[in-house]
Amino acid sequence: MSLALQDVVWRAGGKTILHGASLRFEAGQVTAIVGPNGAGKSTLLRIASGLLSPTSGTVTLQGTELNHLAPARLAAMRAMLTQETVLRARFTLQDLVVMGARVSAPRLTGQERTMLAEDLLGRVGLEHFADRDVMDLSGGEHQRAHLARVLMQLEAAVSDKGNAPGFLLLDEPISAQDPARQHLVLDLARKHARRGGGVVLVLHDLNWAVACADRIVVVHQGTIHAQGPPQDVLTDTLAQTVFGLEEGRVQTHERTGKPYILPHDIIFN
Amino acid sequence: MTSSRRQALIFLIALIPLLLLAVIAALNIGATGVHLSAFWHGTTDSDIRVDRIVLLRIRGPRVVMSGLTGAALAVAGAVMQGLFRNPLADPGLIGVSSGAALATACMIVLGGPWLVSGTWGVWAIPAAGMCGSFAAAYLLYLFATRGGVTSVSTILLAGVALGAFSGALTGILIFRANDTALRDLTFWTMGSFAGATWSRIGLLCPFLCVAAAVTARLATPLNALLLGESDAHLIGYPVERIKRLAMVAVACAVGPTVSFVGAIGFVGVIVPHLVRLVTGPDHRLVLPGSALLGASLMIVADTLARVIAIPADVPVGIVTAVLGTPVFVWLLSGAHGREVVS
Repeated sequence: MSLALQDVVWRAGGKTILHGASLRFEAGQVTAIVGPNGAGKSTLLRIASGLLSPTSGTVTLQGTELNHLAPARLAAMRAMLTQETVLRARFTLQDLVVMGARVSAPRLTGQERTMLAEDLLGRVGLEHFADRDVMDLSGGEHQRAHLARVLMQLEAAVSDKGNAPGFLLLDEPISAQDPARQHLVLDLARKHARRGGGVVLVLHDLNWAVACADRIVVVHQGTIHAQGPPQDVLTDTLAQTVFGLEEGRVQTHERTGKPYILPHDIIFN
Repeated sequence: MTSSRRQALIFLIALIPLLLLAVIAALNIGATGVHLSAFWHGTTDSDIRVDRIVLLRIRGPRVVMSGLTGAALAVAGAVMQGLFRNPLADPGLIGVSSGAALATACMIVLGGPWLVSGTWGVWAIPAAGMCGSFAAAYLLYLFATRGGVTSVSTILLAGVALGAFSGALTGILIFRANDTALRDLTFWTMGSFAGATWSRIGLLCPFLCVAAAVTARLATPLNALLLGESDAHLIGYPVERIKRLAMVAVACAVGPTVSFVGAIGFVGVIVPHLVRLVTGPDHRLVLPGSALLGASLMIVADTLARVIAIPADVPVGIVTAVLGTPVFVWLLSGAHGREVVS
């Protein structure tokens, strides 16, 4: 299964945010989209999910254009964690997670849904929270609860329809997490890819992107600036031209052989 | 099943005997000393025959009409609050009430006496109200829809503007109305079930059936919409279709009822909140709960309206406002221990 963008242009408010981006995401792979603020990363992800229709260009999932797929069919094939989910209702975590499977897996019994939801809450580190109100959670817990809902959407569809695990699109999934939970969330993403699903995530932390992604896509000023394996993409030149970092920030890790960015000698005046 | 879910189901089931109790009380209480017992006495006594006529022709339709109206307004309020993710959303927001008010005012003030009074009048005023309410809701929908996407915040703001504009036009009509028209219009704005008949209920029923059938399919999509339109779309719901269906359901529930009984405030806003305090935000519980509680409260309000100033019939809108205001303040004050959230 693959998710492909072809010559995607996005214009909004008289401004061109994306200038003809072409990309292909494969199942079984973790792709990290990185780039400076305002580069068009989230827009790219929203277009890939079908949330936005591109001004021109096409997005195809398994060879079919997204706008030709029925909403319920699409729901079983891709799920997305957005940044701006605000839930102002006193649902329990259990209810919230089960909500993810209402359309993608309609034939699952209530008991099957409950069991899968409990399992997922455990995997995101919220195992004793099933009966808690969503509104009583901290920011990080809230983000992981929604991650469980998004995973539920795809995993329930696998149980229901027996199809391959779909594409998991995550927009800054670790923005509200402490270091241990950042690792937990990205590990869940990798596991999804290892089971045959596709993962595309927007990340700001380049070190995490290098550590967890098989492929890095650099978005800069609305174009695909570079893409490929982390060690090929994250060079010192790129760090300088795209992210405006000083020379010599990108080093190569002795043990892993992967590049990393050195921030610890920065001194503020 | 969690304890909160069990508590919600018990509450929902308990609302059924509450509604029955309200119906029985409303049939037994009235200006004349007529009791339900008239039905299980013999038929020879002419007094009993009169009693039965009172029950079947006067109180019966009134109780049914007030119950249906209460249920319709409360469910429409719950749908609107879910759709707008706004706890203050009211069934009138999509223009149905202002459209009905303006069209009714036009008919009362500008319609000739042959149209407004007599046999035609009984139907002409509600028919005008219905046309006005549907036209207003449709105009608002067209205005807020660009490229197949309906903006609910535009509906909200345009609905307020439409309300003000229709209020101004109604004001002009009031200015040039004669005394009789003025009185009719004033009573319409306060709402009353005095004109309830079985034939009016018969006309109302198809609209309410459409509203009920559509609303039943909206419960889980409305839950997902509480996450926002983007997330509801990502979960797999056809969001634009759901918005259209919600507007159809609300227009069918509110337009015809408002046209028959006039503007009755507060029920649509308060009842869904009261239900949500017990059931939580799940629309599969909130919608039936609102229907049952809305019906019971409206029947009680109308019974009070009939008896507090015998032989006069107080407009029911006054009763709902007098009872509703303290409840509303209580809800806002947070004294019940839970936040008022949608």
